[in-house]
Amino acid sequence: MKRSTRRRLTQAALYGILLSAIVALAFAADWAAVKENYFDVEVLRELWPEILTVGVRNVIVFTTIAFAGGLVLALVLALMKLSPVAPYRWMATAYIEFFRGLPALLVILAVGFTIPIAFHWTPPGGTVGAGLFALTLVSAAYIAETLRAGIQAVPKGQSEAARSLGMSGPWTTASVVLPQAFRIVIPPLTNEFVLLIKDTSLLFVIGVAMNQRELTTFTRDAASTYGNSTSYTAAAVAYLVITLPLTRLVAWLERRQGRAR
Amino acid sequence: MTEANKAIEVRGLHKHYGANEVLKGIDFHVDVGQVVCVIGPSGSGKSTLLRCVNRLEEPTSGTILVEGIDICDPETDLDAVRTRIGMVFQQFNLFPHLSVLQNLTLAQRRALKRSKSEAVEVARANLEKVGLADREDAYPAHLSGGQQQRVAIARALSMNPDMMLFDEPTSALDPELVGDVLAVMKQLASDGMTMMVVTHEMGFAREVGDKLVFMDDGVIVESGDPREMLTNPQHARTRGFLSKVL
Repeated sequence: MKRSTRRRLTQAALYGILLSAIVALAFAADWAAVKENYFDVEVLRELWPEILTVGVRNVIVFTTIAFAGGLVLALVLALMKLSPVAPYRWMATAYIEFFRGLPALLVILAVGFTIPIAFHWTPPGGTVGAGLFALTLVSAAYIAETLRAGIQAVPKGQSEAARSLGMSGPWTTASVVLPQAFRIVIPPLTNEFVLLIKDTSLLFVIGVAMNQRELTTFTRDAASTYGNSTSYTAAAVAYLVITLPLTRLVAWLERRQGRAR
Repeated sequence: MTEANKAIEVRGLHKHYGANEVLKGIDFHVDVGQVVCVIGPSGSGKSTLLRCVNRLEEPTSGTILVEGIDICDPETDLDAVRTRIGMVFQQFNLFPHLSVLQNLTLAQRRALKRSKSEAVEVARANLEKVGLADREDAYPAHLSGGQQQRVAIARALSMNPDMMLFDEPTSALDPELVGDVLAVMKQLASDGMTMMVVTHEMGFAREVGDKLVFMDDGVIVESGDPREMLTNPQHARTRGFLSKVL
């Protein structure tokens, strides 16, 4: 058999497998039930506009708060991790390994329920505040590692040039190293942001007030209210509307950086 | 020659990287207004010596005096001394996120605490000097290597240093761009700038240098008048090296 013929046959076989899988799925599914359970227009109408004004809005607000807090904490951790003072490095490493090694869900539970008991103090925003604090702690650990890598990716000659001009260490970090490091880490940071968007769905475990529900909690409630899964479909679409542009943006930024190099 | 006339004085300088001894006891000085060129094979320690002079490299032992100030003394304000020592790198090391003008004003503002208008004025004068007055808004990535190196020289000059260190300033340049950079350096030398230049440009050493230093394997093998040394080297190692590069 000729090589080109063999290649064509292999390709035909692959398409054949795909097609038969689709056909099998189409026959196996009860399409009437799928339509009723996942695409009920009546339920969609009931969800609108709260799915946007409560669910999506809170996803964005919570993600932004946890990301901003995480970024600030992460910057401190990253600088500690690169500090010449060994105990600072140890502390940063311990923090990062600790929070990266735990499920975010566990941290949310521990912080959300334990802090008010242990310290007789409720974070601002009540339960959601505590949950967001937990998310901040977790995201800081991940972002810190990204920032550290970004700082180390700035060529050593850059800080040497700044120091040789008589600039102090802190000024060198602030006006020469960090601006370049942030440029390098924008794509991975955007990825962290996308991960955080999805992690806000974990806040459901600590129970939040009606107007504080993010998208997943909102749709879970809706699903049980209407005994119907259409709200999940709506939530999936809503999540993708937020995350897809961001992941596309990352891909574009990475292509552009690749070209600049 | 009195102490006051010495811009740089190095005594008994040793530098180890672990077990690897890069500098094996260097005694060396640069007088005020002198242009000293340092040559030698790669790995001879010449760049390490230069980088010790503003303590980008930490000496293992020995003394380094810059204008009579011991730069290894913990009481010395190293940042203040560094503002008086301009440094030019092989890889230019311009700040890529800043425009040419900002490259020149940053350290003036941060280290010398000059006002913005004063810093800009000084920067423009120095860009004029290196022939790049029209490129102040450009970013380093949009300049040729020769232009980048001239901006780097202007950046160092903007601190009004008393002396300049050059670490193989033309080694990373395409051959046709070397001339522009050397021309700027010659101009500097004729303006009376104290210069220490690690280089492979024998023509520059011969024409501009007041003193030539040949290093090999962590020691100074020979030093003296450049024209004398290049035509009539005293040591076999110097002869061997020169026969390969000339």
